[in-house]
This record gives sequence, structure tokens and C-alpha cells, in this order.
Amino acid sequence: MNDDFALSCPIPISEYPQILLAHGGGGKLMHQLIEKIFGAAFANEYLDERHDGAIISLKDLTPRGDRPSPPTPLPSVKTGEGCPQGRGEGQKGLGERSLAFTTDSYVVRPLFFPGGDIGKLAVYGTVNDLAMCGARPLFLSAGFILEEGLPMETLWRIVQSMKEAAQTAHVQIVTGDTKVVDKGKGDGIFINTAGIGVIEHNLTISPKSVRPGDCVLLNGDVGRHGIAIMAVREGLSFESEIESDCAPLAHIVTKLIEEQIEIHCLRDLTRGGLASALNEIAQSGRVAISIEESAVPVREDVQGACEILGLDPLYVANEGRFVAFVAAKDAERALQILRSFSPDAALIGRVLEQPAGIVTLRSRIGAQRILDMLSGEQLPRIC
Amino acid sequence: MRFIDEYRDAKLAQHYARLIAQITKKPWTIMEVCGGQTHAIIKFGIDELLPKEITLVHGPGCPVCVTPIEIIDKAIEIASRPNVIFCSFGDMLRVPGSTKDLLSVKAQGGDVRIVYSPLDALKLAKENPDKEVVFFGVGFETTAPANAMAVHQAYLQEVKNFSMLVSHVLVPPAMEAILSSPNNRVQGFLAAGHVCTVMGYTEYEPIAKKYKVPIVVTGFEPLDILQGVYMCVKQLEEGRFEVENQYARSVRREGNLKAQELIREVFCVVPRKWRGIGEIPKSGLGLTEKYKEFDAERRFGLADRSVAESSECIAGLVLQGVKKPTECPAFGTRCTPERPLGAPMVSSEGACAAYYRYRRERKNE
Repeated sequence: MNDDFALSCPIPISEYPQILLAHGGGGKLMHQLIEKIFGAAFANEYLDERHDGAIISLKDLTPRGDRPSPPTPLPSVKTGEGCPQGRGEGQKGLGERSLAFTTDSYVVRPLFFPGGDIGKLAVYGTVNDLAMCGARPLFLSAGFILEEGLPMETLWRIVQSMKEAAQTAHVQIVTGDTKVVDKGKGDGIFINTAGIGVIEHNLTISPKSVRPGDCVLLNGDVGRHGIAIMAVREGLSFESEIESDCAPLAHIVTKLIEEQIEIHCLRDLTRGGLASALNEIAQSGRVAISIEESAVPVREDVQGACEILGLDPLYVANEGRFVAFVAAKDAERALQILRSFSPDAALIGRVLEQPAGIVTLRSRIGAQRILDMLSGEQLPRIC
Repeated sequence: MRFIDEYRDAKLAQHYARLIAQITKKPWTIMEVCGGQTHAIIKFGIDELLPKEITLVHGPGCPVCVTPIEIIDKAIEIASRPNVIFCSFGDMLRVPGSTKDLLSVKAQGGDVRIVYSPLDALKLAKENPDKEVVFFGVGFETTAPANAMAVHQAYLQEVKNFSMLVSHVLVPPAMEAILSSPNNRVQGFLAAGHVCTVMGYTEYEPIAKKYKVPIVVTGFEPLDILQGVYMCVKQLEEGRFEVENQYARSVRREGNLKAQELIREVFCVVPRKWRGIGEIPKSGLGLTEKYKEFDAERRFGLADRSVAESSECIAGLVLQGVKKPTECPAFGTRCTPERPLGAPMVSSEGACAAYYRYRRERKNE
């Protein structure tokens, strides 16, 4: 019995004395966990950014004695507002570059699903988190937790899939780890990947850079990954097979940066879907976001599955979708670039000043309402 | 998407809203019975399109909300037992019992599973002959036929390890309870389209006559609801009180006779307690004598009990349309979807949850 923990645990024991599945669902409970347990315990300038990855300036890595003192940005660089990397002009020298560093774990069931598998997810997921920092992904680590009894052939297929995904995303898997647990103590295979990418531009891509007037762009239709997984898991079949949207995003982001789009923030729409991502950004950036429901592309088969199951596609997970917050002057050009990768890409809304921290949605019939963060798991309705 | 987009057309919605404004001369209070309608009204902002004379109040038609706390506690007790697979529709899992919810039982190791049909639970029973498989049979007349079918099939196939925890409720007695309450302010009803798809609407004709209220059987899409409101207001303004059918693409006057036959075969009408409202005579369904062996309460020997609800929760008044969720002092502060005091804050069909999700200004978190 650890009285210290019981006394000081910031989430009252009376609320949820145990971890529920909803604590991993991408909604409010998970954010409570992050803010009150992990964020509180590990607090530092990198983590406090609440970004998809940490952005570490290379000059912070030079040995202490060599570091220019005080540890502020180089005089030649115009500083962004309190950001790890400066908003300088032109190409950065090596010492001015930054690294993006991130990690993610993959526990999907089933291991293979239409449009992807756990291996592909493990590579693309981490690659995409780096891309959302505006980084060019370079290296990944891969940690495997294997359950006793996992067929060797299954592992081989997953590893082959990771190899192909790494080639597609132009990253190398450079280090790894393997553990085997007793049968019944794992779900076949769990994979953790961590990734490092390099930031080679002067943009400050962060929720804190989002400004009123910015345009919100979405790179394609939403909800496909979540519905594809659910269809396999629950044995639901539809007229046509719904495939996951699982895909790498780094090359799309690179193109936006090359075309000098003034990107303020990027966020991939994984657990919790579009609605949760927008809420996170509205809260971290202290801005309001207004979305047009009819502008959000949802494929007809996904919409149909959601209607049957009583789910809202705006909260369903994706693995190849992101929102880009860009300066209004560049919105049209950015949209054309996104459309060159997916014709469904759309301008779905704008950033406003007030009410800060709130996402609103104009419904199909023209009324305004709040688009809230999910409070737990999305559960199918009774009728 | 066909058969969906047509009913969410913005221009037609605005057109209907104008028509309603044109015929509205006096203030009217109309109750939509079904939680699915409440959800659509708040989600699409339908009430914002209506003239200020018209007040929509939200009815008791949320199965999650009205399932009594005692039954939730029984479900938790059964689900906590070893050797039980407890199956439920998804949104029952987060409803608070007196100490915890079914999701917590799952976190503590209980085998609690979400199913999409009671027949899936029956299938699980056949696949797991050494386990007791229990289905949580809740809901209105809408879910009754499928639940009846599962029990009937278990009987025919002699599946001995299947049982059902039944807490079915019926809409017409609840409407009568609301209309005969001294606090009643409801002048017209939008009846629940899906319930009427099963049961038809002849049961509502004596209610309309006795209480002099128009009742319009209404669907769930924005245009359905706007048309339902239009038909209801038209009757009110003209001094008529009839049962009309807006949802004719799904509902016939006599309903689905096969489904009704199956319900009568398996279930009988019993008195039922409604969470937040109290016991209403002849307002629920229980298993008939022939199917008693499938009654989970009997199989697990659960005693009747009485549990006190949070005294602060005004769910009963909300479910009867007497108060709006935002009139509750605990709304959005001491009562939130993460820490609900009452069931209407939990279910996606609960009025409090709908207001919280779509209407509230965010409190400092």
C-alpha cells in the first residue's frame, strides 16, 4: 500500500480507481490522464508544448561548455514566440536545425485489416507524428512485445509490411527490441516505434502559432480507418469493403513546405477523430475554430455504417488524414496541393478569436452548435 | 447519401421553418417523445429554426435514462460473477448504478461485451456452453421484437445457458403519466417513429381524444422533425387533436403485426419503475410464464432492492418535460458526462448529454 500515491494522486480515486478502456480512447478521460498524471510528473518545456512530438534544437545538444550563453537563439535568428526553434530567414546551418522526436505504440486488433496491418500502422503512425511537427522523418526504432504462440508466419508478414512501409516513407528502422510474454498476457503482438526527423525550415508549426483568420484544411475523407477496423472486429459486412485510409503524410507536408505555404499548425486525426484534434488545437492555441459540417468529406459507405451503428464520423479514427492550419493568403494554393494528393481535400473552416478554446460547427441545416471532445469511448446506440 | 441527405437539406429545412412561422399564432409547448429525436433536434439545431412561440420539451424516450438504478445494480451484480458473459448494447455500459457502471466491471475483469443484436448474445451462448450468457434486454417497443426473438429462439433450440435481464418499457403509459401530472405543460406530442413502426398508432388514438392533444408520429431526420412540428402546430392552431402520421415511409396504422405477435408470445405487460419518474402501472414488459426460465433475475436469484438516487439530480423533471437540462443547478458543473449524477447525462440520447455536448459554453477546465 503506497499512502503517498493515494494521497497525492491528482485524479481522485473516487472517480475512476482503475484504468478504463476510455482512458485510451483519445477523448476527455485520456486528456485528463495526460494532463494530471504524465504531464504533471514529467513536465518540461518540450512536453509542455503538447505537440505530436518534441522539437529539440540542435544547439541545445552541444556540450554545455560550448553552448553560447545564455542559451537563447542565435543573434542572427528572429525568434518565434518562445518556441524551441527560431523563425529565421533562409536555409538553416547545421547548428540551427532542430530534431523532432516522437513515439507511439500499436495494439490494434485484428492485426490485418482491409487497407493495412499493425506493421504498416506502426511505421506510418510514427512517421506521421513527425510529419505533423513539420519534420522530415529519418530514423525509427521498433520494439516488439510478442505473445507466446504467435505464428512465425504472422510475424514475418508484419515485418515485411513494415519494411515496405519504411521504404515508402523513406525512413530506416535503425534499432529495436524484442520481448516475449506468456500466452494470454498479450494480444499476439504489440509494437512500439519511436522516430527522429529533422526540421529544415523556419516555420513554427504548433497549436500556439494558430491565429484568428487562419484557414482549416483537411486532406481527404474522414472515418474510414475506424469503420474498417470495426467492420472486421464486429463481423459487419457492407456492400463494398471499406478500406483503412492508412498512409504516410510526410511527403504531402514536405510539398506544402517546399511551396512556401505559411503553415501554422498540423495535426493528424487518429483516435478521437477530427473533432478531438480540433478541440486539442483550440484549447492549446486559445482560439475558436468554426467548421462547416457539409464541407467535411465522408464517403457514402462510411456514412452509412455510421448511421447504422449510431456513430458520428467526426469522432471516428483515421490513419492517413490531417488538418493543416494555414494563413488565409495561402489557403487556396495549399488546397490545390492537398487536392493533387487526394481529390477529396477540402477547406472545412476558419479560426476565430472568440470563444477561445471552443470548436463550433454549422450544421447541415444551417444552425450553429458546439463540436465537443468525446467524453469517453464512442459507444454504439441501443436503437 | 441517398435517403439521408434528402432529409437534411438546408433549403427545405429553412422553407419548413418559414411555413411553421407563418401558421404559428399562439405559444405552444410540444414534446418529442423519443431521445433519438431530442438528439437530432439539438445536434442539427432544429429548435433554433423555430419561431419563439414554440417550445420543444424533451420526453422520456431514452431507454438508457429510464432504466431504473436497481436494474443497473442487478446487471452489475450479474456481470461481476465468474463464469458469466454479460452482453449489452453499448450505451448501457456507462450508466451509473449506485456504486459503479458496467465499464468498471469490465475493467475489474468481468466479461462484459458489447453486442449489436440479442441474437449475437444467443450465438455466444451456443459457442460457450460452459458459461452463463446474459443479455441486458432494455429499451422501448423498438427493441422488444428482437429481444423476444432471442428468447423465443433460445426456447426452441433449448439453449439452457442463455438468459435475459429484462427491463422493457412502453411509451403510451408514459405519455399518459405525463399528461395526467398536475405539472404537465405539454400541449402536443411528436410520437416516436420507430416505436410506431413496430406497434402502429391505434394505441395513441384514445390518448389524443381523452387528453385533447394532437399526436404526430414523427421520424428522426431534421426534415421529419420540422414536418412533424408543422403538422402538430397546425392541429393546435385549428383546435384539432388527432393522431397523424408524418413518418408514413416507415409506419403503418396497424404497425408490424408479426413483430407484435412475437412480443405477445414472449412478453406480458407488467408494472415498471422508470428512473427519475417512479412506478407507472402497465408500463413495462416482462417474460411470460412460458419463458420464465430465461429470466436472469430468477436464474441468479437476485432479490428486489431499493436504491436512493442523487437528491440533486432533476432527471425526473427533465424526462417529463417539466424542466430543461440547463435549468438544473448541477448541469455542467457537478454533473458532466464524465461524472454524471443521473442517466440523462450519460446516454447519447439523454437530453442533458445532448445539451452538454452541443449547447453549453465551456467552463474553465
